[in-house]
Amino acid sequence: MRAGVIVFPGSNCDRDCLHVLGDVLGQDAVEVWHAETSLDGLDAVILPGGFAYGDYLRAGAVAGTSPVMAAVRAFATSGGPVLGICNGFQVLLETGLLPGAMLRNRSLQFRCRPVHIRVESTRTPFTRGLREGQVLRLPIAHGEGSFYAPPALLSTIQDSEQVVFRYCDADGRVLPEANPNGSLNNIAGVCSPRGNVLGLMPHPERASEAILGSEDGRGIFESLIAFVASRHPVAVG
Amino acid sequence: MATVRIIITLKPGILDAAGQAVRQGLHALGYEQAGEVRVGRYVEIAVPDGVRPEEVHQMCERFLANPLIEQWRFEGFNPPSTSAPPQKKRERPEKNARAAVHH
Repeated sequence: MRAGVIVFPGSNCDRDCLHVLGDVLGQDAVEVWHAETSLDGLDAVILPGGFAYGDYLRAGAVAGTSPVMAAVRAFATSGGPVLGICNGFQVLLETGLLPGAMLRNRSLQFRCRPVHIRVESTRTPFTRGLREGQVLRLPIAHGEGSFYAPPALLSTIQDSEQVVFRYCDADGRVLPEANPNGSLNNIAGVCSPRGNVLGLMPHPERASEAILGSEDGRGIFESLIAFVASRHPVAVG
Repeated sequence: MATVRIIITLKPGILDAAGQAVRQGLHALGYEQAGEVRVGRYVEIAVPDGVRPEEVHQMCERFLANPLIEQWRFEGFNPPSTSAPPQKKRERPEKNARAAVHH
C-alpha cells in the first residue's frame, strides 16, 4: 500500500502516522504537503492530527481551503479511502466530506488521556478487520471534540450506519460517564455514506506499538492495508 | 473601501460552554445580574465600496461561520462616519447603516 499523509502548516501527528505505516507496518508512506494538487499513485490518504493553521477561525476551517483538499475531495469521490484523525477529522467535517461539526469540549478542558471506544460498524475500509462491539483503548488529545449534528442530520447519520465509533467504558457500555467531551450520543467517529471516508477523534497512531501502552490502533491501519490489497490483488506466479 | 463588521455566535440552543464559563466568572465577581452569555467571534473585512450583502453572506456561509452550528450578523458597508466624506454619505444613502442578520 502506498499511503499519503497530508501535512498542513501546524500538523503535528504526521510523523507518527508515517512511522506506524512505514516502520511498524512496513508500508510505503509518504508526506504530501498541503500545497500539492495531485494525489496520483496513492492508495489511501490520511489527514493527521495537529493544529492546522493554528485552528484559526475554527478547527480545520482554514485547512479546508488548502489546495490539496480539492484533490482529497476528488480522491474521496472516486471511492478512495480517506482517514481523518483528530484535527484531520475536523478538517473533513469543515470541508463537508463528513457530516456534522465539532464544538468545544463541554468541560472546556483540553482532554489528553486514554479512552475506550466501541466499534459500531465494520463496513468501512478502516474497520473491516475489527469486530462489531469490539472495544479499543486509544488516547485522545483535543479541546474541540464535542461532536454535534442538528437533530435531522443526527438521525440520518445514525440510521444510515455512519456512526463508526462511540465512547464507552472498558466493558463496551456506552455511558455518559465514558463520554470525554460531550459528543452527542457518545459519537467518537463517523464515516461518509459510502463508508470510504472516516474521521475519529482518538489517535490510533499513538497506540500501535506495545511500548506505547496499547496496540489497539493497529487494527485500523491493518484493516486499511487489507482493504487496499483486496482492491489491487497481487499477481501470483 | 468599506469595512464590514461580522459577528459570529453559536446558534441559540447549542450549548455554549465558553459562554457558561464566562457567566460563572461574572457571577464570581459579583455581577449576579449577568444572564445568559454567548461568546463569539468578530471579523472585520475591508471590501470595495459596492460589495453586496449577499457576497458577505456567502463568505460567512462557506467559510467564516459553520452554518450547522453558528449564526452571523454584519453591518457597516461604509467606513466609520468620522472618516467618511459627508457628501458621499448623502449621495449614497442606501449604503448607510446596512445591517443584516442570518440564522
